[in-house]
Amino acid sequence: MLNSKKRKIRWTFVLFFTPVALWLLLLLILPHFELLRMSFVASEYAGKSGVTLENYFGFFKEVIYWRTFVRTAVFSVLVTCIVLAISLPLAFYVTKIAGVKIQGFLTVLILLPFWVSELIRVYGWMILLRESGVIGQFMIAVGLWKEPIEMLYNDVVIVMGLVYTTLLFMVVPIIGVMESLDDSLIEAAYDLGAKKLTIWKEIIIPYCMPGIMSGSIIVFMIALGSYLTPKLMGGKSSLWFTEQIYNQFIIYFNWNQGSAFGFLLLLLSSAIIWITLRLTGQKLSDVVK
Amino acid sequence: MQIDLSVRNVVKTFGDFTAVDDVTFDVETGKFFSILGPSGCGKTTLLRMVAGFYEPTSGSIQIRGKEMAGVEPNKRPVNMVFQHLALFPMMNVADNIAFGLRRRGERGSGVNQKVKAILENVGLPDFGNKKINQLSGGQKQRVALARCLVLNPVVLLLDEPLGALDLKLREHMKVELKKLQQRVGTTFVYITHDQSEAMVMSDHVAVMREGRFEQVDVPQNIYNNPASSFVAQFVGDNNQFIGKLQKDEKGQFFVVTDDRNRYQIHPPKNLHEGDKVEMYIRPQAMIINPDDKWTHFNQVQVQVKSVLFDAANSRLIATPEHSNKELIVALPQNRQYDYIRTRDLIKIGWDPTSAICFSESGIKAYAEL
Repeated sequence: MLNSKKRKIRWTFVLFFTPVALWLLLLLILPHFELLRMSFVASEYAGKSGVTLENYFGFFKEVIYWRTFVRTAVFSVLVTCIVLAISLPLAFYVTKIAGVKIQGFLTVLILLPFWVSELIRVYGWMILLRESGVIGQFMIAVGLWKEPIEMLYNDVVIVMGLVYTTLLFMVVPIIGVMESLDDSLIEAAYDLGAKKLTIWKEIIIPYCMPGIMSGSIIVFMIALGSYLTPKLMGGKSSLWFTEQIYNQFIIYFNWNQGSAFGFLLLLLSSAIIWITLRLTGQKLSDVVK
Repeated sequence: MQIDLSVRNVVKTFGDFTAVDDVTFDVETGKFFSILGPSGCGKTTLLRMVAGFYEPTSGSIQIRGKEMAGVEPNKRPVNMVFQHLALFPMMNVADNIAFGLRRRGERGSGVNQKVKAILENVGLPDFGNKKINQLSGGQKQRVALARCLVLNPVVLLLDEPLGALDLKLREHMKVELKKLQQRVGTTFVYITHDQSEAMVMSDHVAVMREGRFEQVDVPQNIYNNPASSFVAQFVGDNNQFIGKLQKDEKGQFFVVTDDRNRYQIHPPKNLHEGDKVEMYIRPQAMIINPDDKWTHFNQVQVQVKSVLFDAANSRLIATPEHSNKELIVALPQNRQYDYIRTRDLIKIGWDPTSAICFSESGIKAYAEL
């Protein structure tokens, strides 16, 4: 009796685990091993062969490569910080200030834009911001501008676009933890003499740290690995590192160089996440809970 | 005596609803003052106004003579122990207690010494490094008290802090809290719906109903001389009789109940012959098998409906002859009445002076009774 029960549990485990294992193995682990191997092989396209570190040296030799790399990292951190700065008060308003009835409605409002694909959302911004776009024409019609101004294709717009596309991934986990924050904790701090800023610093933010960290990791990784938004809103001058990887694979057919770039990006995101977790004293296991 | 807290004609309305309706009281320095009332009577609203979380619609609140209108909670010399304690889960015990001190700009070894001293005072030495989720219910309680007391507030406000504890621990903490209050000498304002908590700990108890104070007095008087029908029902058990007041030729007053029983009573104040009245008699005032010679007693033949054994609080439920009225009679556990069984016919009696009368109010402390 007991034996058959044991066997049943094992079978269900196998049933659920197999697709996950296959997915991880075939789509994640094997390709990465292949990319890792390729990144250490000299490019056939350039007429060379054999094991080499040249692909990695190439990255440091060419200024444009590592500058793009640093630029992408800095902008991604900036995007994460801006998203956090918007999400905290937003989540606080939804969970603590708005009434119970409006709360669900507000959450839907935040979710709504994300029912549309990223491409469409970015095109929406382009319709608004381009030289002959809605805002430009409006400003001319009102008489504030004499001639149309191109608002697309600059760094500010890239950051803004990324903030817009990633906001949800920060707001949702923060709303999740903030909902469980007992209002009386805030009142108790207020009662014990804390000012509003101190309450945020000492009570709300530390309490919401797991949500903040998981949101930050997701937003940072999405921003870092984003291709569409920087490309469309930044145009040719976007200089996002994913674009360099794309160029190596698709335009130069240099898969070996591209693989090396891919691995450098993976190392970068892992390093930044590790440092942030260490700095804030959080554990990855708590954050992904 | 100095007055620490003075509340004058305070009213608080939320839209059409009046939560606190013209409440006035004073609390002297070092006293334990309780506000006792059923849930929804406005006691929490009143406490939150003293703490500063609500502004009164009208009236004034003064703490040590200083007007509190417009003073924010973080600037008031009062602290509050919350119903669910509201300890900060991301800090350890010492940091929880030091929170208020640090907000005052205190730093360094002075803070540590104060934290250590107050932890010893509440009986939790060496608990400073513990996390909040490592503490038991009673320990959390003490940390919450310590976190407020370390700030030496003029008045400590307590919002039913014992509600979450189990019965045995609650009994223990009641005594503990009273001792602590006497030791530190801080003025306590305590709100509760538990009459036993209010009775055991308080110097003065205010009984509150629908936003108003029905009676403010020492616990003994609240119990023995309730000022209103509501207080008589809400505080302790009571038998209620509804009837008409009569007077015979000798000047003796009677209550004639709706089921036509006639009970002698003491001449009531402010009531006249023919008035509809509510009469209350405590279960303890009802004596089983009174002596036949005690002619001044009301003596009633009753049938026992059930024997409710509850240790020291054991009772009989009995109905008088020709009546469906259920009476609660105290059943002393001294073995003398062990023979009493359900459906037995016994005699009970009470001294008319122990009954108390009010003109009929129709108020029910508990809607389901």
